[in-house]
Amino acid sequence: MNRFIVPIVGFAILVIFLMVGLNRDPTFVPSPLIGKQIPTFSLPQLDAPDKTVTDANLRGQFSILNVWATWCSGCRQEHPVLNRIAAQGQVPIYGLNWKDDAGQAGNWLQQLGNPYTANAFDKEGRVAIDWGVYGAPETFLIAPDGTVLYRHISPMSMAVWKAEFLTRIAAASGETL
Amino acid sequence: MNAVRLQLVLMLCFGLCSAYALDTHKPLNNPEQQELYERLTKEVRCLVCQNQAIGDSSAPLAADLRREVWEMVAAGQSEQQIKTFLTDRYGDFVLYKPRYAGPAALLWLAPGLLLLFGGFVLWRVVRRRMTLPVNLDNDASGTDARQHSGD
Repeated sequence: MNRFIVPIVGFAILVIFLMVGLNRDPTFVPSPLIGKQIPTFSLPQLDAPDKTVTDANLRGQFSILNVWATWCSGCRQEHPVLNRIAAQGQVPIYGLNWKDDAGQAGNWLQQLGNPYTANAFDKEGRVAIDWGVYGAPETFLIAPDGTVLYRHISPMSMAVWKAEFLTRIAAASGETL
Repeated sequence: MNAVRLQLVLMLCFGLCSAYALDTHKPLNNPEQQELYERLTKEVRCLVCQNQAIGDSSAPLAADLRREVWEMVAAGQSEQQIKTFLTDRYGDFVLYKPRYAGPAALLWLAPGLLLLFGGFVLWRVVRRRMTLPVNLDNDASGTDARQHSGD
């Protein structure tokens, strides 16, 4: 009996490894930005190219940076959720319009509503690279001091908003008070 | 005859597929820089299509990353600087060949550790078997067979 213990334990370890490994989402890449300062940037505003949106806009209060584009179907899916979050008025949502057409993006906001305090227009995708963006939609939560608290990949939902964003805001503001 | 013609047309079609170039950047003047650029496009993972390097992928993000890498190489940055730039933004996963640091170190050490473990087990088994009685008497095949099957 004793001689079977080593292979059985080995097999059990292998099974645990495979169970954990196979249940992980391979498309999820953790962001190395979490806990670090947001990247500095300065981009023209989507609807007013003579004005700019910079990292300074995101500081000073809890804020959201939402990466979106009109070619992204998940963005259309999450848009009503962003409208609801904006209507609550707790946290300003800034948009990073990524590799998009400014005219089409303007139409999109007219048709579906505009939840964004301001939209940065990243035509060439350079700022998105600084943020480690690899798909849309992506949504970042930023603390008042400019620290990245969380990144959500894939469309937002009210459940994610409550579970991942509001709890982190509550925890972080509890610390600073 | 028609079949042969069709075959030729198909061969030409597929031949053109492989000739289609993703990379539209002009070659760098310095051959060492061009070599570094080409090597990096094979070593940097496209995160949209994770089993392709940025040099193999037609995804827009891969094109953006090729442009970033090309510009950094052209600006004279070292391989290490460029890799740090990428891992600061996308994590170690962006490199096909993980660095020897952090949890990835275990990955590098695993083959050696497994070899040592296997060697230890082998050594134990051989040691144990060396102490078993050896029956050189071929006539006593009954006992011999029992010993082997009971091992």
